[in-house]
Amino acid sequence: MKFKYEIEGGNFSKAGNASSAVKKILKQLNVPPATIKKLVVALYEGEVNVVAHAWNGCIYVDIDPDRIFVTIEDEGPGIPDIGQAMQEGYSTASQAVREMGFGAGMGLPNMKKNADLLNIKSEVGKGTTVEITTLLK
Amino acid sequence: MTVNDVIKSLGLSVFGGEKGLSREVTGGYVSDLLSDVMGNASEGDVWATLQTHKNVMAVASLKEVAAVILVKGLKPDEDMLEQSNEEDVPVLGTEMETFELAGRLYGLIKK
Repeated sequence: MKFKYEIEGGNFSKAGNASSAVKKILKQLNVPPATIKKLVVALYEGEVNVVAHAWNGCIYVDIDPDRIFVTIEDEGPGIPDIGQAMQEGYSTASQAVREMGFGAGMGLPNMKKNADLLNIKSEVGKGTTVEITTLLK
Repeated sequence: MTVNDVIKSLGLSVFGGEKGLSREVTGGYVSDLLSDVMGNASEGDVWATLQTHKNVMAVASLKEVAAVILVKGLKPDEDMLEQSNEEDVPVLGTEMETFELAGRLYGLIKK
């Protein structure tokens, strides 16, 4: 089963809508609650990253009996140094975004902790693709 | 213990999400960083914060916290309140500072 959700860059009032929609579908499909909880953390962080940093993006969810495979693809500035971005506490978020309680440099580490597999590809000036795999077996 | 019980014990005000007042409270979390709450809060927690914008409700709803408590007399933004009512996640308020609220919550919940 495949689903697609769009994310608007810069629009914080919609941040979380896509994650919320995916969560509802996973519940309907009777995915175990503990699995949903983990995936939702990773998804939300990915969605907020697109909103906070990119121009626009999409979440693709592909579910089969063995695993859930999520791709978060954006058109945006890209990440020059992924290793640095993965470090807890490192953030390039604006002051305004930080005042809202985002941009604490916990997003990517949260994604890593809650995904069974995490793969990040990025091209500066073009965009970033994050792949999250959650195993169901 | 329900959200209602916490409201009565601590004299909290209710801004919105009244339909969720019978939710079960099993713990608490205190943080103003949304990713910290995302990564570490648990379902059934009451979440104390000074953040008053709509994204608080997105996190609250995704994490299935029992309720959000705004400290120091802060009031929710209009769109935060709207989403609280849509998602039936109560937004509560207190004049207490976070330190005092957390202490009293701990005493109440961990009894």
